[in-house]
Amino acid sequence: MKLAILLLRRRAISSLPVLLIVVIFTFFLLESASGDAVDAYLGSIGGGDAALRQSLRESYGLDHSMLARLWLYLSSLARLDLGWSVAFDRPVGALIAERLPNTLLLMGSATALSFGFGSALGILAGARPGSVRDRMLSIGSLIVYAIPSFWLGLVLSIAFSVKLRWFPIAGIETIASGKTGFSRALDISDHLVLPVGALALIYLALFLRVMRAGMGQVWRLDFVLFARAKGLSRSRIVLRHVARNALLPLVTMLGLQSAAMLGGSVVIESVFAVPGFGRLAQEAVNGRDAPLLMGIILTSAVLVIAVNFLVDLVYAGLDPRIGASEGGA
Amino acid sequence: MTVPSISRRTLMKGTALLLASTALARQALAQAAPAGGRLVVAADSEPKNLNPAIVASNGVFFIASKVIEPLAEASFDGKDGLAPRLATSWEGSADGLSVTFKLRDGVTWHDGKPFTSVDVAFSALKIWKPLQNLGRLVFANLEAVDTPDDYTAIFRFSKPTPFQLIRNALPVVTSVVAKHIFDGSDIAANPANNKLVGTGPFKFAEYKPGEYYRLTRNENYWGKDQPKLDEIVFRVLPDRASAGAALEADEIQLAAFSAVPLADLDRISKVDGIKVISKGYEALTYQLVVEINHRRKELADLRVRQAIAQAIDKKFVVDTIFLGYAGAATGPVPKNAPEFYTSDVATYDFNPAAANDILDKAGYKQGADGNRFKLKLRPAPYFNETRQFGEYLRQALAVIGIDAEIVNADAAAHLKAVYTDHDFDLAVGPPVFRGDPAISTTILVQSGTPDGVPFSNQGGYANPELDKIIKQASETVDTAARTDLYRKFQQLVVADLPLINVAEWGFITVARDTVLNVSDNPRWAVSNWGDTALQS
Repeated sequence: MKLAILLLRRRAISSLPVLLIVVIFTFFLLESASGDAVDAYLGSIGGGDAALRQSLRESYGLDHSMLARLWLYLSSLARLDLGWSVAFDRPVGALIAERLPNTLLLMGSATALSFGFGSALGILAGARPGSVRDRMLSIGSLIVYAIPSFWLGLVLSIAFSVKLRWFPIAGIETIASGKTGFSRALDISDHLVLPVGALALIYLALFLRVMRAGMGQVWRLDFVLFARAKGLSRSRIVLRHVARNALLPLVTMLGLQSAAMLGGSVVIESVFAVPGFGRLAQEAVNGRDAPLLMGIILTSAVLVIAVNFLVDLVYAGLDPRIGASEGGA
Repeated sequence: MTVPSISRRTLMKGTALLLASTALARQALAQAAPAGGRLVVAADSEPKNLNPAIVASNGVFFIASKVIEPLAEASFDGKDGLAPRLATSWEGSADGLSVTFKLRDGVTWHDGKPFTSVDVAFSALKIWKPLQNLGRLVFANLEAVDTPDDYTAIFRFSKPTPFQLIRNALPVVTSVVAKHIFDGSDIAANPANNKLVGTGPFKFAEYKPGEYYRLTRNENYWGKDQPKLDEIVFRVLPDRASAGAALEADEIQLAAFSAVPLADLDRISKVDGIKVISKGYEALTYQLVVEINHRRKELADLRVRQAIAQAIDKKFVVDTIFLGYAGAATGPVPKNAPEFYTSDVATYDFNPAAANDILDKAGYKQGADGNRFKLKLRPAPYFNETRQFGEYLRQALAVIGIDAEIVNADAAAHLKAVYTDHDFDLAVGPPVFRGDPAISTTILVQSGTPDGVPFSNQGGYANPELDKIIKQASETVDTAARTDLYRKFQQLVVADLPLINVAEWGFITVARDTVLNVSDNPRWAVSNWGDTALQS
């Protein structure tokens, strides 16, 4: 517990400059993209004249210099105000609060599933390296991993929504159903099966391969040899000694993947029309909506930092050596 | 199954008989149409401002036109191609200085207050003229709106304004909003821009960002026995491939504006219970145009432009890129605007050999690599077809020794590069013909456009003769004379090729068979859907 608080405090302090760099970098990145919010808006409404363009630029604050805008943004950020989205004409904070839960639900379920099944299958594959079972699983995971997520999403929706009609095709819940409580939760989970499935399958393959590779390495270590020499049962060796140690890189992977999955969910959210964070980011880029995009990236950065913090805690639990060195520092 | 619909071509031939017969069939259907039900429709965008009085664009109309109505709507069989909505009649004065509208009696706003001429005057003077992207042009000379009684609005212009223009613009620029809602507020920031209050057959009920818009039946609608539906839900489906799948799964019943990609139409038309309809977009014709930067020395040479025009196989473009759902263009006015259209223009038949010949004679010799010169080609990102045409154009130009490098960008970057920075040699643009050449067509070739105006003449083309005709037409009150001027306008544009019109297309609606009275006017997708019904 003491360790966790220590870690948290240290992490929070060290994260602040990281977040500041993220914000400034994003700002200049978006600045360097050709076209601004007014260009994007005029394009979407089919045109307008020069005076309309000018008045829009003024009302969006685009007539200020680049540095003045950055300063304005940073100072409002210091007051914990994420600013105003020009593409949606609503506060950025509200937009994010609305969309984030959907994505967290999607990503959380997909991560749990892919981690759970991925490591289990990885253990199965790595328990008898070189066996038929191992080869089947390895080849299968390679194939799944090579499939683009949007394609997998489409195939799943055609198979299970259009043909079999088992699951709804799109959205996060039934439109204007008026459902509440448990029946609403059931409805949402029904809608999540396919997008979560598509997202999880891709990452499952990754976890499977990392787990299998990790086990392959541990098998060759002396303590496993010793365990075998002691005459321990194979299943005990696999689960107690090999898998437990091979799990460490998988946990590291989990932290890294949480960031990648945010990106992967953009595609899945589009295919399944889930009103999530990834789609919001896409719309922010298309609309050249600087405050919104920065709000999204900032939130994602905080999320990734938080997930990595949790991963470190788990890591410390799994491998006492790490906890010892952190505690001693 | 594919419904045999009136194609552009038959419509152009003016087969009134055919029109009349389908109109009768439609009426019979309309009577048989049962009332009630929820229609779920695919929507691919969520406009940030849903007020059609401020933003006259198809994306806004698609949803808002069911709630807020214009003075008149486009019609297949009405006089001058119009059907009355909030106005029952309209008449221009001979001097072009006024237009008198008689308004519908007994119409109420969704909040129960009566609709009167005061609302029309307010919308015109406070919104259409100063704020609306297209109204700023059409109503530039609008000075006052007299309201002698509740049901008469007289528009007064400071300069003679062609009645023909006002009439043709009615469906697009005259969405009426309630004065009592907007008066005294900051109009651009009024929450009613997204929580619409109108007079239409449907009331705005709910918007869930990223998910859907829901409209419900207006019990007090002025239209007799309308609306037929209880509810319309516009479901946000950003991915085009999923719109087709959602139709197949019967989760949505209708996808308009080619939400189902052309490449999927053949397959989906064979699905039982789904029909593919190409009718209902006649007044929203999009044009596929090669925009030319005349600042570039080679492109300022008419012979080069002619050679480019001859290098393009329009038939191939129509058949392969648009899969037949388009027509070859002859000039800057589409055939779907028979009031103005003339086929009496120069033609550039597909003939790469002749094009090569012209370029040789003009002195643009092929280098050792076979190229005469290099160009930067920017296809607009709005439609699959504009991008695909960009690829085709690159190949077509290679045949005549012009090496075009394609630069793809997203919408904001494309607009900036072409219309503000002029960083292009050729661009592929999809302008829309909006009922009258004065609305968004003449701007494509008129000289002196300031930088940054999207969908305008940013190639720096200047032709005093053409400018004179455009100016004359904008002031000519006499309809026949004005129409003649626009015929001449077409001939001049095609002769001098400030831009090259390649094809013109409307969109495709895909619907379940259960949806009745689809596509019964030339702006159907953006009209009020009062008679649209669901077969129970």
